[in-house]
Amino acid sequence: MSVDTSEVRRIAHLSRLAMNDDQARDFAGGLSDIFAFVEQLDGAAIDGVEPMAHPLDAEQRLRPDAVTESDRRETFQAIAPAVEGGLYLVPRVIE
Amino acid sequence: MEWETVIGLEIHAQLNTVSKIFSGAPTAYGAEPNRQACPVDLGMPGVLPVLNKGAVERAVMLGLAINAEITPRSVFARKNYFYPDLPKGYQISQFELPIVGLGHLDIELEDGSIKRIGVTRAHLEEDAGKSLHEGFEAMTGIDLNRAGTPLIEIVSEPELRSAKEAVAYMKKLHSLVRYLDICDGNMQEGSFRCDANVSVRPKDQAEFGTRAELKNLNSFRFVERAINFEVERQIDLIEGGGSVVQETRLYDPDRDETRSMRSKEEANDYRYFPDPDLLPLVVDSAFIETVREKLPELPDAKRARFVEQYGLSDYDAGVLTATREMGDFYEAVAAGCDAPKLAANWVMGEFSAALNRSEVELGEAPVNAEGLAGLIARIQDETISGKIAKEVFEAMWNGEGDADVVIEAKGLKQITDTGAIDTIIDEVMANNPQQLEQYRSGKDKLFGFFVGQVMKATQGKANPAQVNERLKAKLDS
Repeated sequence: MSVDTSEVRRIAHLSRLAMNDDQARDFAGGLSDIFAFVEQLDGAAIDGVEPMAHPLDAEQRLRPDAVTESDRRETFQAIAPAVEGGLYLVPRVIE
Repeated sequence: MEWETVIGLEIHAQLNTVSKIFSGAPTAYGAEPNRQACPVDLGMPGVLPVLNKGAVERAVMLGLAINAEITPRSVFARKNYFYPDLPKGYQISQFELPIVGLGHLDIELEDGSIKRIGVTRAHLEEDAGKSLHEGFEAMTGIDLNRAGTPLIEIVSEPELRSAKEAVAYMKKLHSLVRYLDICDGNMQEGSFRCDANVSVRPKDQAEFGTRAELKNLNSFRFVERAINFEVERQIDLIEGGGSVVQETRLYDPDRDETRSMRSKEEANDYRYFPDPDLLPLVVDSAFIETVREKLPELPDAKRARFVEQYGLSDYDAGVLTATREMGDFYEAVAAGCDAPKLAANWVMGEFSAALNRSEVELGEAPVNAEGLAGLIARIQDETISGKIAKEVFEAMWNGEGDADVVIEAKGLKQITDTGAIDTIIDEVMANNPQQLEQYRSGKDKLFGFFVGQVMKATQGKANPAQVNERLKAKLDS
């Protein structure tokens, strides 16, 4: 499987990454090489092997439903670029 | 051409845990902005999610209640998109392996028949924060208190065929999550939200038409209106030679219309992948059994029991079990007065009417179950008639005391003394010689006139059965 520059551009847009034509070409080549490398796994015998969702053979631990965090809004908002009335301000977004 | 509507609903129910799904921050509604957003909810670098057991239990509870398969190993995935109220740049959700698999819910149609609606799946995920667009110059305010609140998204099969069916399904599910006590069901506060996938197709066509996804359906009424509008729009579009575009549309209740929000083509490419921060969620049979033991009696079972135990009609039992609170209230009234059918009539009649009139919730009603039972007991033991009881109820609702206090204070006790009733009948007969003569010469209809006169003379306090009996005896003698 190989990717072309239009595919690279689409993914870059979804990921909000800016790139010029040279970079798009570079990434298309680089990503295609990575896919080719990973595709070697297609040759592995995997009959009867369960797919894994995580490299560690462990299960999710659960925490009891209890409040353990206290309000530290002032600390967190000290590094925010803009705050008003307790809200974080961002450039206007309208759907 | 005849068209068929095809609807599938995606319902988001906030689970009523005290803490968030992946952090120990509180979930209470209505706090000051960002007072309940901890580093995990803010998407700070280096933090890790830890799954809340309470959220898993509630999801399993829902799964059991809709007879669904509980996935033994479900997996959390990242749904990637950019929006300021989602600071991580992804929502932790479930994609390929949701915790709840295929189940079903039975809804009652208008003609009383039952239709089984498939529930494709239900998965756990985190809620996003809130964006406030009003009141800032060229800026949007972000409140992340809601970020990380546990949600279960319940996805129906595209088996609903009208707006009414969609509403019936939504109401049934709303009632169910309230019964299970896994969600407070508050639609104004956004605890229970609905998106609808709507398409139309020619009646005899097997394939589905292109669908539009309707958002912002925050009440049962809006769901019905938005779907009806959308169905009309799609039919007009196709019949006018156009075609439906797959897109997200926002319902505007003020204008009663839907309008395009964004084209799905690109925006919907969420690039899901398993979240490396979370391990597979294992739900074994021991866990499921522990949850099963906590299941309350569910609406359909309660309804059947009401018919069986209290001798109610299926319809009445359905009304009284529509919500868990109403069912509990009815049972408390029935137990307190030992007259289950009369109790049903009162709860569904005067009491519900008063609730609607005063726009108060059941729990805040000025007359409680004990009070209503006390009133019904007085009808039952013939202290007052059913008609007078309405007057007493009115006074109780206005805070004038319990049934006995009101009856005493207003002198509403029913006249059951035969001697007293006889005296009044004699007076009525003496005052209306003309009618008496007509009656005795065969005009039977005038019996009602005499009953009316006696009731009027006693201000409705005479026992109606006794009046009938004594009047008959005297007139016909």
